Amino acid sequence: MTPGEANSESQNLMSATLQTAASAAETMSGAEIVLRALKEQGVEVIFGYPGGAVLPLYDALFNQNAIRHILVRHEQAAVHAAEGYARSTGKVGCVLVTSGPGATNAVTGLLDALMDSVPLVCLTGQVPTHLIGNDAFQEADTTGITRPVTKHNYLVKDIKKLAGVVHEAFYVARSGRPGPVVIDLPKDILIGQGPYSEAPTAPHRSYRPQREPNAELVAQAVKLLKGAKRPIVYAGGGVVNAGPEASRLLTEFVRLTGFPCTNTLMGLGTYPSTDRQFVGMLGMHGTYEANLAMHGCDVMLNVGARFDDRVTGRLNAFAPTAKKIHVDIDQSSINKNVPVDIALVGDAGLTLKALLEAWKASEQPQHTGALAEWWTQIEEWRGKDCLRYRQEGSIIKPQHAIRRLYEITREGGRDTFITTEVGQHQMWAAQYFGFEKPNRWMTSGGLGTMGYGLPAAMGVQIANPDALVIDIAGEASILMNIQEMATLAQYRLPVKVFILNNEYMGMVRQWQELLHGGRYSESYSAALPDFVKLADSFHARGLRVTRPEDLDAGIREMLAHPGPVIMDCAVAKDENCFPMIPSGAAHNEMILGPDQEGGVKGVTDEGKVLV
Amino acid sequence: MPAVPTMPDINETKLRNATIAVLVDNEPGILARVVGLFSGRGYNIESLTVAPVDEDRAISRITIVTSGTEMVIEQIKAQLDRLVPVRKVCDLSIEGPHLARELMLIKVVCTGEQRMEALRLADAFRARVVDATAASFVFEMTGNGDKLDAFTALMRPLGLAEVVRTGVIGIARGTYSLKA
Ligand SMILES: Cc1ncc(C[n+]2csc(CCOP(=O)(O)OP(=O)(O)O)c2C)c(N)n1
Ligand SMILES: [Mg+2]
Repeated sequence: MTPGEANSESQNLMSATLQTAASAAETMSGAEIVLRALKEQGVEVIFGYPGGAVLPLYDALFNQNAIRHILVRHEQAAVHAAEGYARSTGKVGCVLVTSGPGATNAVTGLLDALMDSVPLVCLTGQVPTHLIGNDAFQEADTTGITRPVTKHNYLVKDIKKLAGVVHEAFYVARSGRPGPVVIDLPKDILIGQGPYSEAPTAPHRSYRPQREPNAELVAQAVKLLKGAKRPIVYAGGGVVNAGPEASRLLTEFVRLTGFPCTNTLMGLGTYPSTDRQFVGMLGMHGTYEANLAMHGCDVMLNVGARFDDRVTGRLNAFAPTAKKIHVDIDQSSINKNVPVDIALVGDAGLTLKALLEAWKASEQPQHTGALAEWWTQIEEWRGKDCLRYRQEGSIIKPQHAIRRLYEITREGGRDTFITTEVGQHQMWAAQYFGFEKPNRWMTSGGLGTMGYGLPAAMGVQIANPDALVIDIAGEASILMNIQEMATLAQYRLPVKVFILNNEYMGMVRQWQELLHGGRYSESYSAALPDFVKLADSFHARGLRVTRPEDLDAGIREMLAHPGPVIMDCAVAKDENCFPMIPSGAAHNEMILGPDQEGGVKGVTDEGKVLV
Repeated sequence: MPAVPTMPDINETKLRNATIAVLVDNEPGILARVVGLFSGRGYNIESLTVAPVDEDRAISRITIVTSGTEMVIEQIKAQLDRLVPVRKVCDLSIEGPHLARELMLIKVVCTGEQRMEALRLADAFRARVVDATAASFVFEMTGNGDKLDAFTALMRPLGLAEVVRTGVIGIARGTYSLKA
């Protein structure tokens, strides 16, 4: 679309008042400039919560139909909802909050988006420019507070720059490694009159991330990969962010090479989970085969992952014999935690394409014999069946609940999106729910934010109205943004909240069991609400299942209900999440579950200081 | 074909000093961004100077002196480079020979014999007298950090009263010039 088209289209869709304002005087109010720029940037939905400082924007929203506003019940939820929207669509999510407490409530969400590289633009209200610095009512130093939790932020003090700032914010949010951008808007700027300008077509003056990888380095990487005897592909969230084509290219590359492929928590769905070459998730709660393959590999291709500490375990024992190739769009991710041999700075999709072409063009033979041996070894590890559990007796095992949820939704064949809260249930969801496509799995990976899942599911459902959206939750986490049940009711969003209720902050309890001598300090979920009545009071359907024989029927009832549902699923209280690489341990020092042989290794004192 | 980017020597564990020149948009908050980056990620700042350097005061040049292992310094440069208002990052310490200078104003309060000694040393160090009273001098001196340190040490027994230093600025020797 040329800028001219974008402009005429936005004019058509803008309200009559906006049009006259624009054409008559060539100026319009700051609020109208903002909305027009959002429209030009393709924004269709904005998640927000009003307040004094942003009333001019709400007034302008009232006068138009092009942008839909979703009224959340807490600003943190607005940001998570925008994250869910962005992560399930690949578009930039948009948030609108008021000054002071509105902005500070958004901070957790912004950091969540920064850590997980989610493109967002968050508009915050601000006191009028002449009052800034006076401790005015609902004043906060929003750019100061949000500087470390955003990719970039702006305080607009000159209305002539407003349109340009909004356009630039969207460019920054989606380019390179995506992230959240805040635009702080003083009220006088929103009310004042100023000119509109279209999105610039010229390259940005300073921020121009490299997208195409260096061809020479691609050739070197292919040489290394072809010579590999024990290779592994390790793919992360960067592949999701590069768009669905990148996942297709990843799959093509893995199939062409015959290599095993593992995913990070953020990368789940970039490679089909049901494929034989997929060895499961890696890291702290990854599979035995994925972690041992990482430990023993001789060539590692990391595509769009950042050697996070949940993935590497103890750094000096991480993949000790491997030559490492790292594909990342963010130069600062290279050599940050793990020194690598070849760094391919560029977009994951474009780099995979280049690798595929170079692989096909190269005549160097592969070590097919060694690769076959490697697979034999991997199959032996896989044979350990590290995710095995025994569903017996009268109590539902949480693993079984997720497994059945997965199987029953698959039977249904609906396009399914999963969000999670944070804790054991999150890890079980990652382990027992399979994903075939990217953008279907939304979890708070980097920040680990309890309360993420419900609002994120809301955003996913807004973006995908016909899809099945399930928040896999814990009974503790869900209470952190439970108020959003009202948003579900207001917009008739049929999100399903599937609570694995173990009456504990299970992940905290697990660490206390394994690291703190079983002293369960403050990790019991006392005084829980009656989730069925709670659902009822929020105009949703409430279900409670306690017996294994009722599990399937409960899941089916939840899925069949056309509106929002909370299913409170009582599960074993003392179950731990395995396999587990304790903090400070190496991949080959994994603790397996009670159903597998292999002793529990002690946690070192050094490990104890780690999170 | 573009040059193949070289990798830092990641096995080098020795600390080195780096003088990093950064060209940035001269906008509010840019200094907070740079300083916040250093404090937030635990990098060391030995000195930092900043001033606009172009005609219309749109571009500022920051000189940061820091230290770290090769990998840490590479990180610092990459982290600086991805800040949106940052236009150029140049590690003067490794891009070739460069000049580094610092300006110091130093006040010495003394009388009698010590006055003569202070003046004599100032002369030897090519420090200029920019203020004098019956009981004090202010000397102005430029040079590299070592030279300023040495002079300061000599003034200490003579009545050193106050020191103010700008921090280091640096520029590459020869025709190469850093442009936004
Ligand atoms: C906002 C926030 N506070 C605290 C934590 C620390 N934390 C991690 S998991 C967890 C317990 C979660 O309990 P629950 O939601 O019941 O999940 P479970 O582990 O039992 O499945 C806590 C408190 C966190 N991740 N986020
Ligand atoms: Mg729980």
